[in-house]
Amino acid sequence: MQAALKPVAITGLGMASSHGEGRAVHAALLGGAAPILDEARFAPYPFHPLPPLPFDKAIPRREMRQMENWQRLGVYGAGLAIEDGGLRARVGEMDLIVSAGGGERDWALDEQIMAANPDEAQRHRMLMDGLRPTLFLAQLSNLLAGSISIVHSVGGSSRTLLGEEIAGAEAVRIAAARIATGSSGLSLVGSAFVAERPELLLLYAMGGVLHRGAWLPLPARQGIVFGSAAAFLTLEPASGTNNPLAILRHVGTDQGPPAGRPARLAALIAATPPRRAGCMVISTASGVRDATRDELAAIGATPDLFTADLLGHSVEAAFPVGLAFAALAIAEGRAEQVLVTGTGQWRGEAVALLEKPA
Amino acid sequence: MNQRIAVTGIGMVTALGFGAEANWAALAAGKSGIRQITRFDVTGMRATIAGCVDLPGDEPGIPLSVSLRAERLGEAAIAEALAQAGLAAPFDGPLCIGMPPVEIEWPHRGSFGASRYPDLIEAATGNHALYEEYLFGGAATHLAERFGTKGVPQTVTTACASGASAIQLALEAIRRGETKMAIAAGSEASLQPETLIRFGLLQALSTRNDAPEAASRPFSLTRDGFVMADGAGALILEDEHHARARGATILGYVLGAGEAADTFHRTRSSPDGAAIIRCMARAIEDAGLTPADIGYVNAHGTSTPENDKMEAMATRALFGDAPPPVSSTKSMIGHTLSAAGAIEAAICLLALRHQALPPTINQDDVDPELGLDTVPVSRPHFFRAALSNSFGFGGQNVSVVLGAA
Repeated sequence: MQAALKPVAITGLGMASSHGEGRAVHAALLGGAAPILDEARFAPYPFHPLPPLPFDKAIPRREMRQMENWQRLGVYGAGLAIEDGGLRARVGEMDLIVSAGGGERDWALDEQIMAANPDEAQRHRMLMDGLRPTLFLAQLSNLLAGSISIVHSVGGSSRTLLGEEIAGAEAVRIAAARIATGSSGLSLVGSAFVAERPELLLLYAMGGVLHRGAWLPLPARQGIVFGSAAAFLTLEPASGTNNPLAILRHVGTDQGPPAGRPARLAALIAATPPRRAGCMVISTASGVRDATRDELAAIGATPDLFTADLLGHSVEAAFPVGLAFAALAIAEGRAEQVLVTGTGQWRGEAVALLEKPA
Repeated sequence: MNQRIAVTGIGMVTALGFGAEANWAALAAGKSGIRQITRFDVTGMRATIAGCVDLPGDEPGIPLSVSLRAERLGEAAIAEALAQAGLAAPFDGPLCIGMPPVEIEWPHRGSFGASRYPDLIEAATGNHALYEEYLFGGAATHLAERFGTKGVPQTVTTACASGASAIQLALEAIRRGETKMAIAAGSEASLQPETLIRFGLLQALSTRNDAPEAASRPFSLTRDGFVMADGAGALILEDEHHARARGATILGYVLGAGEAADTFHRTRSSPDGAAIIRCMARAIEDAGLTPADIGYVNAHGTSTPENDKMEAMATRALFGDAPPPVSSTKSMIGHTLSAAGAIEAAICLLALRHQALPPTINQDDVDPELGLDTVPVSRPHFFRAALSNSFGFGGQNVSVVLGAA
C-alpha cells in the first residue's frame, strides 16, 4: 500500500553499531569497510558484536536496572537522534513509533531448567523461584518505546509494531504519512536489535535462515549474519525545518505470500518517483536466499551498499539502518538521490526514496 | 470535525463465549467468565484463575501456544465481523491488529532434550513450523493471508492499549485515504505459565483464587489486582460513503481516537493523571465532541488498586462533578490485555445499539472515594456517544470515542 507523501524531512539520526556510534563513524563506512566480527562466541554463527557504549552516561542508574541491553541500546540510539536533531526541547510533543522484537531472556535460568529436565510442576517452581520481577519489563516488546518515553521524556504518542524486517519499514511509512498529512508535527522512528542472544539464534535457526561458518559478503552469502545495531530518525515537515539532512520523498511497503514477491517488488519500484542518473542504491537485504534473490532481481542493478555487510543484519532495525545510511550519503554529498530497498526474510517488501533538500 | 468512520461488522470471543450478541447477553446479565485455570498446572502460583478460552488442541500439560491461540481467537472474531459486514476474503483493506509478543514456550523448549542453548539451537534447526509460529509477525501474517487483506498487517503492541491502537491505526489509514475499509482487531492469549508467573512477580494479579467470579472487582475497596484473560475482538471500519454505497448496515461509528504517552513510570500513571486526562481529552476533541456529549465511559478499570484510583481521579478531572456512568466490563471477562481495546470498543458499540449500560459486577463494596456511578447492574440508558479507555504498561494510553448509528 502506498502513501503519496508531501515533503518530509529527516532532521536527526541516531546510529549505533559494531563500529561505534554517531554520524561521523557511520559516514566513514559509506565507501565500504571491513566488518567487525565475532566468529567464536556463537560459532558456527558469526555476528557483528555490540561495542562498549556509554549507556550509563545517557540512562539513569535506576532506569538501567529495569532494562537489558536491547532496551539500553534502543534508548541510547533514540537519544542520539534527539540530540542530533536538536530536538531536546520538543520531546513533549514528539510522536514515537518503534519496530520491535522482544527483550532478553534469563539464559542461565533457561539452561538450569533445561538441564534439570523437570516435570511441569517442577518447571513452574523453578520459574517462580528463579525469575527476576524486573526481567519481564525488560522483555516486553512495547517497553523499548516505554523506556524511551521515560528516559527522554518523549510524551506525544507511543506505538510499537511487531513483525520482523517489514515492521521497521511500516513504522517509517506510518510516521512519514502522519507527517505528510499533518496528523503529526514531529516523529521519532526506529528500532534496535541485539545480536548476542541465543534465544534469537534459536528462533531464526528454526527457520533455517542463518549463515553458518566463515563470514562472506552479500550476495555470495546465503543466510543471515546478525549485527547489533540501533537506528532512529527524527522526521518533520520539510516546510518548517532548516537544513534537513535529507528529504524522505517516498516510502512504499507491501506483503503477501512469497510466490507474489517478485511482482510486489516490481510494483513497489514502479510506484517510486523516477530515479535520476547517479541514484545510489542501498539494499537492506537479510541474505536469506530467496528473498535476497528477488530483491536484487527487482532492483535490476548491483546495489552500491549492502547494510548487512557493514553492520550485519538487524531484523526490525534493518530498514531504518538503510534509511539512516541513505540520509548520511545525502548529507555528506555522496549522492543526491538514494533508493533504499528491503525484503523481509520471511515476509514483506519495502522501498524508500530519499533526496537532497532543495 | 474529523470524518466519522462507520462500523459495519463486530466480532468477539471472550471467556463468556463466542459471538458478539452471545457476549452482550452474558454481559447484560452480569455473568462472570473467570474460573480456575485447568489447561496447565498452577500448583504454587499466586494467581490460579483467569478468563480462559480453551480450544480443541489444548492437551494436558501441552496447551496451545500463545501464538496459535491468539491466531485462532483472532480468526473467529474477524470471521464473525466480516460475515456481519457482508464481506468475505479477500478483504480490500489492511489488517490492523493488537497482538501479544510471543516466543518459544517451555513445552517446546524442553522437547528437544537439550540442556544448553547451543545444543537446543542445533536440535531445533530447520523446524519451520515452529519458526512461523514464534515469529513476532507470524500469527498476524497467517490471519492476513487467511482473509486476503491488503498490504502489511499492522501488528501493534502497546501492552494493554494494543487493541485501541489498532483501531487508531485503521482510523488514520481510512482518514488519509489509503483505504476505504480496514479490519481493526485485537487478539490475546498470553495466559501461559511463564507469563502468569511473571505478572504474579510484579504483584499485578488478583489472588482471590477461592472466589474466581468475585476476583475482578474494579472500583471496589477490596480490589487486589487484575485477572488475566484470553479473548479477541474485531471491527470492520469503513468510510461512511463506501459503506452506504454498497448498502451495508451501519452498526455505529468510530468518532475519534486520542493517545498520550506517560513519561513517568513503566507501570504507574503520573500522580497528577496528566497523561490519561490528555489522552481522553484528545479522543473527545478528535471526535469533534465535548465531555458533556459522552454518555458512558467503558473504563480501563483493571481492578488494580492503582489503575482504578488514577482513572477515577482523571475521569472526574475531565468530566467534572457529574461524570457519566463508568463501568468496567473487565469485571466479567477479565483483562484481555492486547485485545481489551478492541473488545471494549465492540462492547461500547453493542451498548449504544441496545441503549443499555453493561455493568461492573462485584460492586458490593464500592470505593466511595472514587466518586463514580460504576453501574452495578445493567440498566437502560439513552446515550449517543461512549468513551473507551485503554491504558498500557509502559505508559501507552489510548482512548476511543464510539457513536450510535
